[in-house]
Amino acid sequence: MTDLAITASGLRKAYQDKTVLDGVDLDVEAGTVFSLLGPNGAGKTTAVNVLTTLAKADGGTVRVAGHDVATEAKAVRAAIGVTGQFAAVDELLTGRENLQLMVDLHRGRGGDRVVGELLERFDLVESAKKPVSTYSGGMRRKLDLAMTLVGNPRILFLDEPTTGLDPRSRRTMWSIVRDLVADGVTVFLTTQYLEEADHLADRIAVLDQGRLVAQGTSDELKRRIPGTHVRLRFTTAGELDAAARVLTDATRDDEAMALRVPSDGGTKSLRSLLDRLDEYALAAEELSVHTPDLDDVFLALTGHTTEVLAR
Amino acid sequence: MKSHSMVMLRRNFKHIARNPMSIFNAILMPVVIMLMFVYMFGDAFDVGVNYVDYATPGLMLLAVCYGLGATAIAVNSDMTKGIINRFKVMDVSRGAVLTGHVVASVLTNLVAIAALLGVAFLLGFEPAAGLLDWLGAVGVVVLLGFATGWLTIALGLAAKTPETAGLASVPLIMLPFFSSAIVPAGKMGPGLKQFAEYQPFTPIIETLRGLLNGTPATGTLIAALAWCAGIAVVGYLWASSTFKKRA
Repeated sequence: MTDLAITASGLRKAYQDKTVLDGVDLDVEAGTVFSLLGPNGAGKTTAVNVLTTLAKADGGTVRVAGHDVATEAKAVRAAIGVTGQFAAVDELLTGRENLQLMVDLHRGRGGDRVVGELLERFDLVESAKKPVSTYSGGMRRKLDLAMTLVGNPRILFLDEPTTGLDPRSRRTMWSIVRDLVADGVTVFLTTQYLEEADHLADRIAVLDQGRLVAQGTSDELKRRIPGTHVRLRFTTAGELDAAARVLTDATRDDEAMALRVPSDGGTKSLRSLLDRLDEYALAAEELSVHTPDLDDVFLALTGHTTEVLAR
Repeated sequence: MKSHSMVMLRRNFKHIARNPMSIFNAILMPVVIMLMFVYMFGDAFDVGVNYVDYATPGLMLLAVCYGLGATAIAVNSDMTKGIINRFKVMDVSRGAVLTGHVVASVLTNLVAIAALLGVAFLLGFEPAAGLLDWLGAVGVVVLLGFATGWLTIALGLAAKTPETAGLASVPLIMLPFFSSAIVPAGKMGPGLKQFAEYQPFTPIIETLRGLLNGTPATGTLIAALAWCAGIAVVGYLWASSTFKKRA
């Protein structure tokens, strides 16, 4: 199926003389999760603002749900739901009242039923009558998303939906997103968490300083950097030399006194590697198995690290 | 079926009902200032009439201005928390979102002025106004609340944080002190006197004073209406363009 929910080509946007988006092209198939990945300041929120009609592009064309965002904003808005970077909930109202507000604005019928279902689905029934100012960060995010779902949007934009959440709330949010996709909703997700894109997205685009530096599935991106390998660290240069003579397919890192041995990381290949070392009476100070993650991808693609590397 | 404006207005009312501190300031501060000036300083000012009669019209204007801080903060927190973006994506019109705030602001003003007048009467306020004069005075107050309300909404939309939004409304609170509200402009020092005479709030206060004395003057009334209209137009245009542009 090649039904496109979102297409953008040559998207450009500048604020004053600062270029924020510099020729972004992307296609999102209906019913999939597309993740725009990038560090703070890469232009993710600006991209979401343009795609959701909140900001006007300076150049390029964007179609969402088959409508041009510049000329058919109303039709686009009718098809989408947007959850911004900060939980846009009304602190002085209760959870139930927040949802009711959305129902009223959608001029929907059967409001009580819709509100009840969403409270149930997002596990907010118990706190429904409490003012949102008493909610935790995770609850606010859930309510925020529930409010966005009131109009049954077919295309959902989530701008950093888990930033600032604890790991547990993050998992909850992920499972909610998966359920939505299972219902056929298209999700456009921005995140600065590489793990999040890896977990959720069918396709990932890496945004760096307003440009897409890579696009593909999580696996495709991982293929663009060295594969899984075992790293052996030795204490002396003599041992390193000896090991390098034995393990001919390894690459040396003299500075770290380490060898990088290609491996699938499985127990069988590890055992045979250890057996070979034993055979020559060699002992490594340290052994570690490296599976490339999206952090490596980002580093390999942009030549600089993301701020999230430190996490 | 409910119109978006009604939904928004109801939301603003709920906010006021649940955040009494915000209107506490709007209602209590003018009363405190009235007590302070009338009791403490009133005898020291020679204004030719009973001081409470002189000061009440100016304090009515002050009461309008004191209500604006809460409006600026409320609008700004809607903006900075992404609530306005949410409404925009839902195709709720700018008119509906902002009108809710303006109407809530004007109604807060009216409550504050009712409280202020209640205290004024307790302090011996004796207006000579007839029914028509009163209606005129209420009309001027509503117009002023509406005009400064739009200006405040623009300030609230444009400010980066709720704190700066609150600060941005301070000049509007200070301006009445540099007008004929508390003492006649003629008694002020050079420079300040000219400023007080020509700043927008003075003709508005003089209009209220005239109406409450039962002696409305056409000249100041026209100036007052012109200032209100001007402030309203500037505020409205600024608010509208900021609402449209800022995401």
